[in-house]
Amino acid sequence: MMKSLLTGATFALGLTTAAFAQDETTKIGFIYVGPVGDGGWTYEHNQGRLAVEEHFGDAVETVFVESVPEGPDAERVMTQMALDGADLIFSTSFGFMDPTINVAGKFPDVKFEHATGYKQADNVSVYSARFYEGRAVQGHIAGQMTESNVIGYIASFPIPEVIRGINAAYLQAKAVNPDVEFKIVWAYTWFDPAKEAEAATVLIEQGADVILQHTDSTAPQAAAQAAGNVATFGQASDMAEFGPYPRVSSIIDNWSPYYIARTQAVIDGTWESTSTWDGIAPGMVGIGDITDAVPAEIKASAEAMIESIRSGDMHPFTGPINKQDGSVWLADGETASDYGDDGLAGMNFYVEGIVGDVPQ
Amino acid sequence: MDLSSINPILLLASLMVAATPIMLAAIGELVVERSGVLNLGVEGMMITGAVCGFIVSVSTGSPWLGFIGAAIGGAMLASLFGFLTQYLLSNQVATGLALTLFGLGLSALMGQGYIGIKSPSFPDWHIPLLGDIPVIGPIVFQHDPMVYVGLLIVLAVWAFLKFSRAGLILRAVGENHDAAHALGYKVKRVRMLAIMFGGACAGLGGAYLSLVRVPQWTEGMTAGAGWIALAIVVFASWKPGRLLLGAYLFGGVTVLQLNLQAAGMAIPVEYLSMSPYLATIVVLVIMRAGRAPGSLGRIFHASR
Repeated sequence: MMKSLLTGATFALGLTTAAFAQDETTKIGFIYVGPVGDGGWTYEHNQGRLAVEEHFGDAVETVFVESVPEGPDAERVMTQMALDGADLIFSTSFGFMDPTINVAGKFPDVKFEHATGYKQADNVSVYSARFYEGRAVQGHIAGQMTESNVIGYIASFPIPEVIRGINAAYLQAKAVNPDVEFKIVWAYTWFDPAKEAEAATVLIEQGADVILQHTDSTAPQAAAQAAGNVATFGQASDMAEFGPYPRVSSIIDNWSPYYIARTQAVIDGTWESTSTWDGIAPGMVGIGDITDAVPAEIKASAEAMIESIRSGDMHPFTGPINKQDGSVWLADGETASDYGDDGLAGMNFYVEGIVGDVPQ
Repeated sequence: MDLSSINPILLLASLMVAATPIMLAAIGELVVERSGVLNLGVEGMMITGAVCGFIVSVSTGSPWLGFIGAAIGGAMLASLFGFLTQYLLSNQVATGLALTLFGLGLSALMGQGYIGIKSPSFPDWHIPLLGDIPVIGPIVFQHDPMVYVGLLIVLAVWAFLKFSRAGLILRAVGENHDAAHALGYKVKRVRMLAIMFGGACAGLGGAYLSLVRVPQWTEGMTAGAGWIALAIVVFASWKPGRLLLGAYLFGGVTVLQLNLQAAGMAIPVEYLSMSPYLATIVVLVIMRAGRAPGSLGRIFHASR
């Protein structure tokens, strides 16, 4: 009898200790649309997770699930994370937006952070980076480097983030090279190396000698490398292994400071629902090393553009800019607003000069 | 819209390349299913083949050895499935799904140190004389060797199933394993060999992605190709000839829609993007569907 009581007491004490230990540790979940080894988008989000672990040490425990399809699966994964005691969940793809809102409604005590979306709630923040600033720099370089005047663009899904990137790159390419033409291929995937390589090959076969991508694998870089005379840009991650050519520069997503700050807010009890949209100036968007494959004068002008964006002297969307149908979008000297009618956040149109329709 | 920017010769040539990984994986699964086993682990075996092939190729400097390594890797993973389903009598559907998950995880672990590394290139063969024939030469006779290996495997499987005694036994096992057992055939042995062959072919298909089509190792790079291969087997009504048609149709329409997009075709992108799947379904509806092997997916108990 005594033995049973002692065993029971020890077990209860163990549970209590575990509960206290759990209270001291903040549990953070990450849900990824691709594999952590994609070399691009998910890789950089995972670098942010690792930075959180390194910064907080034993004060936090992180968990992640990779390659989660956008849709009902995402909802199930986040529900399980919340049930498993997550205090904060980062859902890192646009297509996780509605699942995040749905799960957040069921778990009001859990904090959620959704990347690149626009729906907020009391316990849901949104955050994104102004990738279009980086695309503008890429367009500036691409427009001057192309000899065929054909730039290929591998797009993922027709969401505002991707359309902004296409428009920003096109406008800056056109500004330095009026003869430039964009060929756009919609892959309808964030990550499919074979399809991305195929898309790059198709664009190269149709005359493109510069490839931009808004998909997550390094496959287009490999396809360009095989072709031999095609320049590319790293997407979401540096992709420096393909430098100095074909990869001549890159957009780097730096999520670490944001993830650390938001985790700290949860630990401190100061977390509240916010909307963050940072770019080159705060460091959320980094521009990877512009290699020596880029002529010195082009490199210098690109670096000057980066500085003017950083200082706020230049906005990539400054009028006069017309929509594809010829109607005025921005008057001379006018800069695009973030929100509202025809704002950047909801951009669903091409600018004048781009051929083809935005998929609906 | 500038359709003149599409080179029909390059388009048809790239069709063969696009179809090869699916064709290789599908022909292996066709043999497995003709033996009466349903292995849903094709994706897992493909990705394992992709990483094994890449590792061996980088380590030895030989793409040929890479493909052999991929076949062995795929076959080893398949033999695990075979042991579980044929000897421990586990559920084939559940075990196949588990195999896919296991393969994805295992490949990610194995490939950790190989991200960003360039594999030895596999040069295209310019087949003498044939490669110089106008139009047909560049389309058919200027590919990497694995395109032809894939076609030879399909041809060999067709001949094996149609004309050989061993092929007849395999089909008998797939149609009615109890009757085959009563006639003294080793059902489990036949199925194990079929399963391992299927794994080897899936491994080759995966390695084709990592060594030729992409060519690099990226975690999760099969991105659903194994599931397409499974669908192609059903599309083909378990016939090698139709399988070839299915793989070429799917690969061809995929390449065509990308070309049409780049050329600025006036068809909405959404329709172009779904066209490979749509075309496959339409052809499947038009063609008379064949009957699945009688014992497909059923567990064999020798004691019965």
